[in-house]
Amino acid sequence: MLTTDSLKKIDREIAKYPAGRKQSAVMAALVIAQEEKGWLSGEVIAFIAALLDMPPIAVYEVASFYGMYDLQPSGKHRLTVCTNLPCRLSGAEDAAEYLKKKLGIGFGETTPDGRFTLKEGECMGACGDAPVALVDNRRLCCRMSPEEIDKLLRELD
Amino acid sequence: MAILGAINPILTAGLDPNDPDGWRCGAYLGRGGYSALRKILSGKISPECVLDDLKKSSLRGRGGAGFPTGLKWSFIPRNHEGEKYLVCNSDEGEPGTFKDRDLLLLNPHAVIEGMVIGAYVMGMSRAYNYIHGEIPEACLRFEEALDEARAAGFIGNDILGSGFCVEIFAHRGYGAYIAGEETGQLESLEGKKARPRHKPPFPANAGLYGAPTTINNAETLAAVPFVLNMGPEAFLAAGKPNNAGTKIFSVSGHVAKPGNYEIPLGTPFRALLDLAGGMRGGRALKACIPGGSSSPVIPGDAMMELTMDYDCISRAGSMLGSGAVIVMDETTCMVKALERLSFFYQHESCGQCTPCREGTRWLRGIVRRIENGEGRTGDLETLEHVAANIAGRTVCALGDAAVMPVQSFLRHFRDEFMYHIDHKTCLVSKETQRTGSGWAWE
Repeated sequence: MLTTDSLKKIDREIAKYPAGRKQSAVMAALVIAQEEKGWLSGEVIAFIAALLDMPPIAVYEVASFYGMYDLQPSGKHRLTVCTNLPCRLSGAEDAAEYLKKKLGIGFGETTPDGRFTLKEGECMGACGDAPVALVDNRRLCCRMSPEEIDKLLRELD
Repeated sequence: MAILGAINPILTAGLDPNDPDGWRCGAYLGRGGYSALRKILSGKISPECVLDDLKKSSLRGRGGAGFPTGLKWSFIPRNHEGEKYLVCNSDEGEPGTFKDRDLLLLNPHAVIEGMVIGAYVMGMSRAYNYIHGEIPEACLRFEEALDEARAAGFIGNDILGSGFCVEIFAHRGYGAYIAGEETGQLESLEGKKARPRHKPPFPANAGLYGAPTTINNAETLAAVPFVLNMGPEAFLAAGKPNNAGTKIFSVSGHVAKPGNYEIPLGTPFRALLDLAGGMRGGRALKACIPGGSSSPVIPGDAMMELTMDYDCISRAGSMLGSGAVIVMDETTCMVKALERLSFFYQHESCGQCTPCREGTRWLRGIVRRIENGEGRTGDLETLEHVAANIAGRTVCALGDAAVMPVQSFLRHFRDEFMYHIDHKTCLVSKETQRTGSGWAWE
């Protein structure tokens, strides 16, 4: 189900917790699985459950509770724009509108070519760099001006 | 990002914003880093003495509640047999807060040294740093710093030849505000939904895996080595009585230079606003949320007379909270601002308490209809009624956090809400609202 590399990474996460506390690694295991597969299917969730000796529903509860897990296939790149108040005061609404126009989609949608999924997100803890977007859950795009957004979309091509 | 300015800094003193290696172990050692830990582990300062110093220093938790750190550490049972845990809370998701991100990026070893000292004093051999999921760069940086600290012998086995052992690990969150609440965070560390626990029992008695646990904010732990190095009296004197030391304030919104600023507690708000470059475009200050999105809003003219410390902000009817200062100028529609905050709390309610799960939805729904020009006579009274029935009736403070913005926005800006209901539109035109952001279309 997962590559040897991913399984090794999960083992390293399990080792962070005391013996018999493998469940603590479930958040990290789901991140690793999502990074490899793109999203968390029922099969992936069942696999992680078996790996960590957890009931599949307990893994699903975690996967559905935390906002950065994807329980459905998404585009190749995920852009999550923060629209909370501090970002809004620095132009998040405009930045989001610009992105929507550029990509031709709204929040919660994927471009027809499958390249981008646009999401609305909550505070990223980077309000000094507002407006911000989280890119593929791996890095932040900061101070999103039209130029920064254009640059980001070029880089992600 | 960087720390953009400071007045008599302590935690960020000597950090060169242009040095890409300023965060490294070598640079931290050059700034006097790990010297407090050395003194403690060599027996020159006893654990009791550390606790005394922390109590004398009046260091208060920097995560939001402002609880005295020395007192919190003293709650951990000394003679407990079996494991105890230290958890560093770097899951800053309170809108407006972004100080721990900079701390982890720019001075991660201060956090690590504070964690090792805490673990030693409280007799813990395992510690976790729970890091906000949306700041992956800070998580990677912290793990790299851990590797450095391990290689230098500051964490791991037999630290500095003292026989003391502690392991520290990073645990990354993945997008849940409520995981920043301390018992929600413990549930999350155990691999579950981050639903806060009933208290008592408190974490000091039954925390992670049921064992005694201390949870401190990252900035609090980072302050510990500095308190011990400079001495509690000097740290206390750096701020003002009952509001010791400096604090990193995250300034966002309508200022010329949004960013982090380390200033002594008790510094006038005016001085902080000046550091942040003043109001964007020279516009007038309308309102300020002084301590993260859940702290009650304060009108601009009142805010200009306040000092930035726990007691002064509290007397003004708000809270210093996490030190997240959200600045709003005259282009701001207060109804729209509240609508966005109410949406946040509805979205982040974990759902286990009915008053919060249902109430946050009602609050948001009513504020939204007022914003959309569909407000009804009596809506403000309904909002107040719903708010009063959420507050104090939930397992954790998220319910209160959702209520405080509603109550304070209505208290101070009631006319604006009334105008929305009566005229089906905003006092501040949509065009004007957009000018405040300074965002430029091509």
